[in-house]
Amino acid sequence: MAKILMKGNEAIAEAAVRAGAVNYFAYPITPQNEVGEYLARRLPEVGGVFLQAESEVAVGNMLFGAASTGKRVFTTSSSPGISLMQEAISYMAGAQLPVVLLNIMRGGPGLGGILPAQSDYFQATKGGGHGDYRLLVLAPSTIQEAVDLTMLAFHLADKYRNPVMIIGDGMIGQMMEPVEFPDSYTEPELPPKTWAATGADGRKPQVVKSLFLDPIALEKNNILLHEKYQAMKREEIRFECYKTAPKNKILLVAYGTMARICQTAIDELEGEGISVGLFRPITCFPFPEEALYAEATKSNIETVLTIEMSMGQMVEDVERVVARQRPVKFFGRTGGIVPSPEEVIQQIKQILASGQPTKVKV
Amino acid sequence: MQSLTTTFTRPEGLQDVVTHYCPGCTHGIIHRLVAEVLDELGVRERTLGVAPVGCSVLAYNYFNTDFLESPHGRAPALATGFKRLRPDMIVFTYQGDGDLASIGMSEIIHAANRGEKFTTIFVNNAIYGMTGGQMAPTTLAGQVATTCPMGRDTGKTGMPIRMCELLSGLVTPAYLERVAVHFPQQIIKAKKAIRRAFQYQIENKCFSLVEVLSTCPTNWGKTPAESTHWVEENLKSYFPLGVYKTPEGAK
Ligand SMILES: Cc1ncc(C[n+]2csc(CCOP(=O)(O)OP(=O)(O)O)c2C)c(N)n1
Ligand code: SF4
Repeated sequence: MAKILMKGNEAIAEAAVRAGAVNYFAYPITPQNEVGEYLARRLPEVGGVFLQAESEVAVGNMLFGAASTGKRVFTTSSSPGISLMQEAISYMAGAQLPVVLLNIMRGGPGLGGILPAQSDYFQATKGGGHGDYRLLVLAPSTIQEAVDLTMLAFHLADKYRNPVMIIGDGMIGQMMEPVEFPDSYTEPELPPKTWAATGADGRKPQVVKSLFLDPIALEKNNILLHEKYQAMKREEIRFECYKTAPKNKILLVAYGTMARICQTAIDELEGEGISVGLFRPITCFPFPEEALYAEATKSNIETVLTIEMSMGQMVEDVERVVARQRPVKFFGRTGGIVPSPEEVIQQIKQILASGQPTKVKV
Repeated sequence: MQSLTTTFTRPEGLQDVVTHYCPGCTHGIIHRLVAEVLDELGVRERTLGVAPVGCSVLAYNYFNTDFLESPHGRAPALATGFKRLRPDMIVFTYQGDGDLASIGMSEIIHAANRGEKFTTIFVNNAIYGMTGGQMAPTTLAGQVATTCPMGRDTGKTGMPIRMCELLSGLVTPAYLERVAVHFPQQIIKAKKAIRRAFQYQIENKCFSLVEVLSTCPTNWGKTPAESTHWVEENLKSYFPLGVYKTPEGAK
C-alpha cells in the first residue's frame, strides 16, 4: 500500500482498526483527542463499538467488561486519565484480561500541562496500580512505528492475556508523517479464548475475576502472572541500536520521541567528526537488560548518557542494568519542554570535555 | 400409600452450594428470586451476572451463570462494556447500597442515563455489611452504625439517598421499582418486579433497576425476626415501595 500522510493520533486509531480492534471506550483529554474523534466516525463503518464514558474510572471498568467477551478492546488517554484507570488496570492484570491502552504522555504531576513528556515511565513499567503485576510496555519513536506497535500490541495482549500499554508523547500524537499500512494483516495463530464469558450454555459457569480469598490460590495466581512476565522477558524484548561503533566513547540511552531527537544530534555530530551511538529500548517492560549491558560495557564506552523528557525515570533502569560498570549520566527537560538536538549535542560535548553533563539552568 | 413428589426444588439458576450469608439475611432470598426468573424466562444459558464488592461479592459461586467480579461500585461500567459488545446476552449487576449509592454513584447514574440495556438488582440494607456495619449513604437518620455510634447525624452527613427517586429524575426511559422481601406477600411482588425488569431487557427496551429492601441482622444488632419488623416499621417508611418509572411513562 502507498504511503499516506497522517497525524500520529489518527494513524494509531486506524492501526487498531486494521488489527481487528473495533471496540473503543474513552474519555476526552488533550493531547490525544484526535484518536476518539477519528474512531467516532470510523468504528460505526466497521460495525464496532465507540463509547464516550463518563470518566476514565468508568473507561477502565468498561474495558474490563468488554474484554471479558473475548473481543479486542482498547482505550487511549493521557497522563491524568491513565492515573484514573489504574484501579481497573490492576483488576484486569489480576483477571488476565487482554486490553490495549495508549498513554500519550503529558507533563505532570497533577494537572501539569498539555505538552509532551515522558514522566509516566515509572507508572507504566513498575506497576501503577496496586498488587504484583506488570504491563507489557511499548514505546514507538516514529509514527510508522506507532502504527506497527499498535497492531502488535493487540497480538501481545491476547498472547499473554495481559494489558499492554503503548507510551507515546504529545509529539508522537500530534506530528504528521507518511505511514504505510500493510495490505493484508495476518498474525500468528493464538489459542481460542476459552476463558471468555459467553454464557453457561452446555458448560459450567465461567467467572472472570481477580478475587482469590484463599491465600494459596492468590499466591498461585501471582506466580502464574510472574511466569508470564518471565516469558515476556525471554520472548518480547525489543530495542534498536543506532550508530553504535567501536570508536564511540559515549552511549546514549533514550526512547520514544527523545530517541529520535538523539538520532538527529548524533547525525549532526557525525558531520563534526564526533561519533556517538544510541541504544533505544522499544519495550520498556520487559526492559532490554542483557542487550543494554552488552552495549554499555563495551571496552570503548566510557560514559552512558540517559536522556529523557522527565526528571529521570528510565535512568533508574539504566543504572540498575549498567550496575556501576560505567558512569551513568542523565540529562532531562520537563514540563513539556522537548530538548533540542543542540542541547543534546552540548551535553555530549560537555561530557567529552570534562566527563560531566551540564546542569539545566531554569 | 401415596408416593412423595418434590414440589420445591432448587432453581437451575442457582448452584447446589451452601452460601456464606448470615442467618436471617435476605441476600439469599433475592438470589433465589433472580434465579427463578432467569429459569422462567429461559435465559440462564445466555446470562452474565456482575458481582459487586460487598457481602454478595461471592455471588458468582452461587448463581449458575457466567459472572464477572467487579471493582467496588463499578459493576454498571463492566456491564456496559460487556453488553455493548454482546447485546444478544442478558446482563445483570447485583449491588449493595455502599457499592451502588456511594462509591459507584457515578457509574450507576451514567449507565441509567445512557439507557444501557442491562438490569440492576440493588440490595439496600441501609448499612455496609461486609466491612462490619459502617454507615452507608442509605443509613437512616439516627440509625446506629459503627462509624456513627451515636446514630446518623444528618446535619453532618446529609439525608439518606433514595436511589429510585434520584434515578427517576433522569429523562431517559427506564424501569425503576422498589420492593421488599421481609414478608411473603412482599416476596411475591418482588419477584414480579424482577421478572418485569428482565422482560424489559429481553425486549431491549430500557435500563431496569429493582431496589430491594434487605436485612442485615448481624450489623443491625437484631434477631432475624426483629429485622423483618424493622424493615416494615422503619426502612419502608423512608424508602416507599412502588414503581418509580416505566419506559411507557405510566406507572
Ligand atoms: C476501593 C474499595 N474501597 C473499599 C473497599 C472495602 N469494602 C468492601 S465491601 C464495602 C461496603 C459494602 O457495603 P454494601 O455495598 O452496602 O454491601 P453489603 O455488604 O451491605 O451487602 C467496602 C467499603 C473495597 N473493597 N474497595
Ligand atoms: S453481614 Fe449483613 S448483609 Fe452481610 S451476609 Fe451478614 S446479614 Fe447479610
